[in-house]
Amino acid sequence: MSAYSATEPSAASKWVAGTLVTLYMVITLLPLAWIISTGFKTGPDSISYPPKVIFSPSIEGYVNLFTDRTRATPEQLATMPPPENFVDEIVQRRGEVITGPSRFGERFLNSVIIGFGSTFLSIFLGTLAAYAFSRFKVPLKDDLLFFILSTRMMPPIAVAIPIFLMYRELGLSDTHLGMILLYTGVNISLAVWLLKGFIDEIPREYEEAALIDGYTRFQAFRKVVLPQAATGIASTAIFCLIFAWNEYAFAVLLTSGTAQTAPPFIPTIIGVGGQDWPAVAAGATLFLLPVMIFTILLRKHLLRGITFGAVRK
Amino acid sequence: MAEIVIRNLRKEFGAFTAVKGSSFTIKDGEFFMLLGPSGCGKTTTLRMIAGLELPTSGQILIDGEDVSQKPASQRDIAMVFQMFALYPHMNVRKNISYPLVSQGVPKAQIAAKVAEVARILGIESILDKPVGGLSGGDRQRVALGRAIVRNPKAFMMDEPLGALDAEFREHMAEELRALHDRMKATTVYVTHDQLEAMQMGDKIVVMNHGVVEQFGTPQDIYDHPATLFVADFIGSPAMNFLRFDGTAQAGDQSVTLGGIPIALPELQEAASGALVLGVRPEHVALADDAPYRGRIEASEYLGTTQIVTLSTAHGSVKARIPSGEVARLGETVGLRLNARTLSLFDAGTGRALRTAANAGVHHG
Repeated sequence: MSAYSATEPSAASKWVAGTLVTLYMVITLLPLAWIISTGFKTGPDSISYPPKVIFSPSIEGYVNLFTDRTRATPEQLATMPPPENFVDEIVQRRGEVITGPSRFGERFLNSVIIGFGSTFLSIFLGTLAAYAFSRFKVPLKDDLLFFILSTRMMPPIAVAIPIFLMYRELGLSDTHLGMILLYTGVNISLAVWLLKGFIDEIPREYEEAALIDGYTRFQAFRKVVLPQAATGIASTAIFCLIFAWNEYAFAVLLTSGTAQTAPPFIPTIIGVGGQDWPAVAAGATLFLLPVMIFTILLRKHLLRGITFGAVRK
Repeated sequence: MAEIVIRNLRKEFGAFTAVKGSSFTIKDGEFFMLLGPSGCGKTTTLRMIAGLELPTSGQILIDGEDVSQKPASQRDIAMVFQMFALYPHMNVRKNISYPLVSQGVPKAQIAAKVAEVARILGIESILDKPVGGLSGGDRQRVALGRAIVRNPKAFMMDEPLGALDAEFREHMAEELRALHDRMKATTVYVTHDQLEAMQMGDKIVVMNHGVVEQFGTPQDIYDHPATLFVADFIGSPAMNFLRFDGTAQAGDQSVTLGGIPIALPELQEAASGALVLGVRPEHVALADDAPYRGRIEASEYLGTTQIVTLSTAHGSVKARIPSGEVARLGETVGLRLNARTLSLFDAGTGRALRTAANAGVHHG
């Protein structure tokens, strides 16, 4: 008979847990795998029934994503010079010619600027505010904190029309600054609350030691508090970035041209006269990457961050 | 190094008054203890001297200069915190050099100074280790190193031995005292442990409820407590209190307890009503011929001495007697109280009456 252990799970429960985790993983990863694989299919393959799991990969989707093309007659094609590279070849084989780059690159860059810009601003302001709330006597502190939280009590889209009108009057519609301010406004309450929790956990003695060692309050904050709040800052930054990166409703409403982000743009790739699923899937795949990379880079902090408070250092 | 003068120092936190008008002087080079139970205002007083709290009113003079409203960074004071507060993201060397970096000391000089401090404290071998994995004693030494590295005007220590285990505490207390004797730096040390205060301090301030109860040398405070609180707080077991109603005149050399006269140092003031006679356990001797009687209730063996608990007409009395003496439970014996060291308190005010013995002792 094996000894009973209070901490070591039994073989059966390990097996059940393993099965459940695997099942959950398959369910969550399947759509992702579908999107990624569709990005590498040809048009007919992407809509074939039954769906093709094994197919010959093609970069047609990615080519379509990054280019604007037009149909050419066989006569026109015959007069064209032979394709210079494989991209031209793929396009010409379908009886099309490239007329220029698509706007996906620009839109993707907009997403990067707005997503990271608003994340930076939320974290910057959020950290300072959280530090002040955590350490200083702020008049009406509890009311202010409640007020900050209350901005999250209704879905942001509920104020879409007032914001739309305000932005039009202020000239912020379809500008990078406007979108950065908007996402910062939504994220900052989360940032203040999360970061206040983290900073509350840092003993004051560290700063007091720095004050006595001859540093000013701000130097103590920068050199002693910030390095210790790194975990909290990293996990808060991930939450902020995920929101700003994925936000769709306001992006559709407030941006159309110069500041349009990737989420409202990707559905428009679907094209005219034929549904270009591989290009949409390629766009979605590329769109997933930055948040994924950012999260993986900060995952060490994130894991410690989301369990904060559970275990005392 | 510096003399620190505290004048009418007061600190209020909203409606709560943590320190109520303290005044005392810490002489240059003194090892000065702030002693009291938790919540008595001793840490608040220390933090005000260090500049981490600003006083509501009153003055703090360091070397004659009023610093009471100056920020900590301008006071040139070092502090050792109870939990040491070593910067967790820096290694030992960086922790110790950090106060010098803030002053813009050249790198070569910092390296030399850190090496010197490490040698004094015997921590050369751990200089490049992260502070996370250090033992309690090493953390303590690093915290001390960070304090002494820049030759500040004074050291503040907030229960620096509180986080160490009992065995090691003794050792560190000796090390601290030796370090002080060698550096002759003015040190203000907060503790709630009366033994620690007596063992290490040149002077002790006893505080309670934000008020300075007594200020003096360990011996003065032990032998001639100014108040009932001090008498009870200092000493283990605490001073015995025999409560009685009576009158005492200036010039009296005895008081009468239950018809029995008990000799004490000549009184210099009068009192009447509820009085308390205070006697330390070691100043109670068992003697068959003494008229004041008590019944032996219990005896605790402590090696060289034993503590005998007796019940008397005026309350329970503990006597510390040699362990060789025989004390039979239930027996009634005479108690002889050493007249030289008796204190008489006014039960209403809790204050010790002035006698020939305690006349020179500072009262809070």
